[in-house]
Amino acid sequence: MAEPILEVCGLVKHYPLTRGVLFKKQVGSVKAVDGVDFTLAAGETLGIVGESGCGKSTVARLLCNLERPTAGEIRYRGEDITKLSGRALKAVRRNIQMVFQDPYTSLNPRMTVGDIIGEPYEIHPEAAPKGDRRRRVQELLDVVGLNPEYVNRYPHQFSGGQRQRIGIARGLALRPEIIVADEPVSALDVSVQAQVINLMERLQREFELSYVFIAHDLSIVRHISDRVGVMYLGRIVETGTDEQIYEYATHPYTQALLSAVPVPDPEAREHRRRIILTGDVPSPTNIPSGCRFRTRCFKARERCALEVPALEVPPVFRCTPGPAAHDSACLFASTEPV
Amino acid sequence: MPEPPQEPPHEPEGAVAGTGMGGGMDLAASEATALERTPHGPDGPGGTVGTGGPGPQDRPRSLWSDAWRDLRRNPVFLLSALVICFLILIAIRPSLIAPGNPLQCDLARAQDGPRPGHPFGYDGQGCDVYTRTVHGARASVTVGVCATLGVAVLGSVLGALAGFFGGVWDSVLSRITDIFFAIPVVLGGLVLLSVVTSNTVWPVVGFIVLLGWPQLSRIARGSVITAKQHDYVQAARALGASNTRILLRHIAPNAVAPVIVVATIALGTYIALEATLSYLGVGLKPPSVSWGIDISAASPYIRNAPHALLWPAGALAITVLAFIMLGDAVRDALDPKLR
Amino acid sequence: MLLEVRDLRVEFRTRDGIAHAVNGVTYAVDAGETLAVLGESGSGKSVTAQAVMGILDMPPGRITGGRVLFRGTELLTLKEDERRRIRGAAMAMIFQDALSALNPVLTVGDQLGEMFTVHRGMSRRDARAKAVELMDRVRIPAAAQRVRDYPHQFSGGMRQRIMIAMALALEPALVIADEPTTALDVTVQAQVMDLLAELQHEYRMGLILITHDLGVVADVADRIAVMYAGRIVESAPVHDLYKAPAHPYTRGLLDSIPRLDRKGRELYAIKGLPPSLLRIPSGCAFHPRCPMARDVCRTDVPPLYEVNEQRGSACHFWRECLDG
Repeated sequence: MAEPILEVCGLVKHYPLTRGVLFKKQVGSVKAVDGVDFTLAAGETLGIVGESGCGKSTVARLLCNLERPTAGEIRYRGEDITKLSGRALKAVRRNIQMVFQDPYTSLNPRMTVGDIIGEPYEIHPEAAPKGDRRRRVQELLDVVGLNPEYVNRYPHQFSGGQRQRIGIARGLALRPEIIVADEPVSALDVSVQAQVINLMERLQREFELSYVFIAHDLSIVRHISDRVGVMYLGRIVETGTDEQIYEYATHPYTQALLSAVPVPDPEAREHRRRIILTGDVPSPTNIPSGCRFRTRCFKARERCALEVPALEVPPVFRCTPGPAAHDSACLFASTEPV
Repeated sequence: MPEPPQEPPHEPEGAVAGTGMGGGMDLAASEATALERTPHGPDGPGGTVGTGGPGPQDRPRSLWSDAWRDLRRNPVFLLSALVICFLILIAIRPSLIAPGNPLQCDLARAQDGPRPGHPFGYDGQGCDVYTRTVHGARASVTVGVCATLGVAVLGSVLGALAGFFGGVWDSVLSRITDIFFAIPVVLGGLVLLSVVTSNTVWPVVGFIVLLGWPQLSRIARGSVITAKQHDYVQAARALGASNTRILLRHIAPNAVAPVIVVATIALGTYIALEATLSYLGVGLKPPSVSWGIDISAASPYIRNAPHALLWPAGALAITVLAFIMLGDAVRDALDPKLR
Repeated sequence: MLLEVRDLRVEFRTRDGIAHAVNGVTYAVDAGETLAVLGESGSGKSVTAQAVMGILDMPPGRITGGRVLFRGTELLTLKEDERRRIRGAAMAMIFQDALSALNPVLTVGDQLGEMFTVHRGMSRRDARAKAVELMDRVRIPAAAQRVRDYPHQFSGGMRQRIMIAMALALEPALVIADEPTTALDVTVQAQVMDLLAELQHEYRMGLILITHDLGVVADVADRIAVMYAGRIVESAPVHDLYKAPAHPYTRGLLDSIPRLDRKGRELYAIKGLPPSLLRIPSGCAFHPRCPMARDVCRTDVPPLYEVNEQRGSACHFWRECLDG
């Protein structure tokens, strides 16, 4: 694997729950992200999947320094960026940009498209000389497949897919190395999703970008990702290449998730084995002891309540090299669901 | 709620376009224009797509230009704007239509009815009601405009800071506004203004600002918090934008509409408040000229000389109504959901 | 036939003109059958359902033509109180957003019970017992205790179950589910869809499933009607449609789904954007985006050609499309 451009170590984000008006006292905490580790290689796409509330969006905000982690490190080219501030932080931001989920709220309705895409240059004047900015903005519009003449239009004159392209153009303006995309296509119509996915793949090749691609749609994540991490309740429970995750999943949560995805093939519905999980995701304020998935797990035994499974290659696969030998945080990991 | 189907349905996809909610409609409209090219699509690079020529929405539109387009067609707005322009004009130059001196009175003519050259008749002191009513506009408009400006600036700055920074700032400010909300306006005015001896509009303006800013700060705080949650603010932050830049460029323009609306409506009520305080004898005092003073002075003679009461009261009512209608029209125009 | 919609037309008056949301939709559902209405936002799939249920906002909406026959009775000309008697008792609707469709200030027990006190004239006590029974039916754990809880105290999946319980309370003959699982996570979505399918089977209801998700459709539908710009462009039994679509739009949708064998390649993308309902393209509404479009497509509106007894396609060149 190429040299990692981003390393995340023991990332934790807890939001305190407080009571009281002036004199607040902490009554608990929402453990949105509770110990996440991963690396991202240059030019790679890491997909992060998980259900709502699993903390994947918090991870995105932490990576972009929109929030400070409670603990842990995010190392960009070896340097921990979580404690930076001022000039140094601003410099790092140039290299890590974000694409947002909602194309309707991610663009300021009072600014023209030209102002929106040109704003990065106003904030970082060193990135482009003043006289050159308009040309660059038009170039960016062209790159994302929009007519460069539309610089004077307002966001509400564009459709969702076009707005998402504008958001991508803004993210590209500073020529970042990493783009964190938080559900970039889930708000779009099916026929437009493919257009945006294709655009993102083309830009990755053209600009040598590394993506952290966060989504709940497993088939899209599989299509675009080189490696995939599955999150559950603030932790990554399984990670591996797309083939390892989708064909040789060893964590029961991943298996359940994959089996629950509706397959667009009516022939498959009779002979498909589906694992229907019982119950709901526990509250992140009150995480179960031991393995956090045990309350919904069809394999759970007593040991699961006592031991926290580590995210590593499970012992059973350690000596048998093969696609099943990848990191999985399960004490009873197996490629067979039952 | 006897049956679930009668529950308000979630937004129907077609009806979003159908009810013509600003954004949805414009978007749908522009979809038909050839904005988008699918780069490197199945048909090769740059195949343009579209259904004919550019749509009618080719020129740039913003919330403000949309609002202005709405307002220009709104008769309520046009009428109230006309009244307000006229009021401002006579507040600046009352002698344009009433060349007389409002303080020149003739007790012999006290309570007399209209006569040529004095269309509104005379009040209890024998002063010309027409001249006094016209000249009274100045006090009302000054109080209304100055108090609103003060309230808007103080309230929105404090509210915006509290909403933006949150935390302790916010808690402290919220408690202070609660305290101010608990003060009854008229009673507070009676107590505070009775100790003031100055006979200008400024103590009244100051008093209104003091009691009025919490209302605006609450509105400003709320709309800043709403605007702050939008992703474009996060996007600016991710780009490295400073707090000042985020506040001025991204939050303020998106949060200012409700403040403007509430301020316009409040302006009318401040004018009424000035009249109330003057009526009670703690606002402006004679020899100042104000509708409130005139209403107060005329009320004992309401049976004998109703005209002395009706004209200033009517002027006051029309002024307050004009500002409230203006505020209403502006609110409707600035609310894209009503379109 | 349980429900027949014939040539239904709905338009909305807007500031910018008339939006033609539904332009001649015809479909039918039989008892025990699941019809999936598939379409993107703005295709008119929800508006059609609202017109059928009689919950369309009028104005700005207006039904300008067509018939809705429920067990042979014309619904569109029915008086409001007669219609209300059918709604809820004989046909019910499940919404996407259960949180806003449930009344936040009433307990779920009260809301479920109300169905029985209003429509069946039961006493409050019996209605409460019925509510618990229903909650058990949709497998809400500890129903007897939770009947006193308010909607916000339930999770998204549980709330959707309550919506289903409410819709099925009076054992309606027809249920319209408008994107019932779109707001839910995949694992919860699977639970809810399974439950819905099972209850449908049990009560032999007709089910109209409105969705944009090709996966969900493949899992549960018997027949599919694909909508585009307020028209049905293809109607077919589910197996046939996935095997060989007879309309280029359906083909485009199916081809744009990421699949294993397309990894590393560019996805097929339908070019352009869905049309504005204010200016629906002439001829076939899909022609500006269609890879097969020819001159005739720009001028002639294609009728729903009969492909075979069970299938229809609104494409002049459905034969070519069917052959790939």
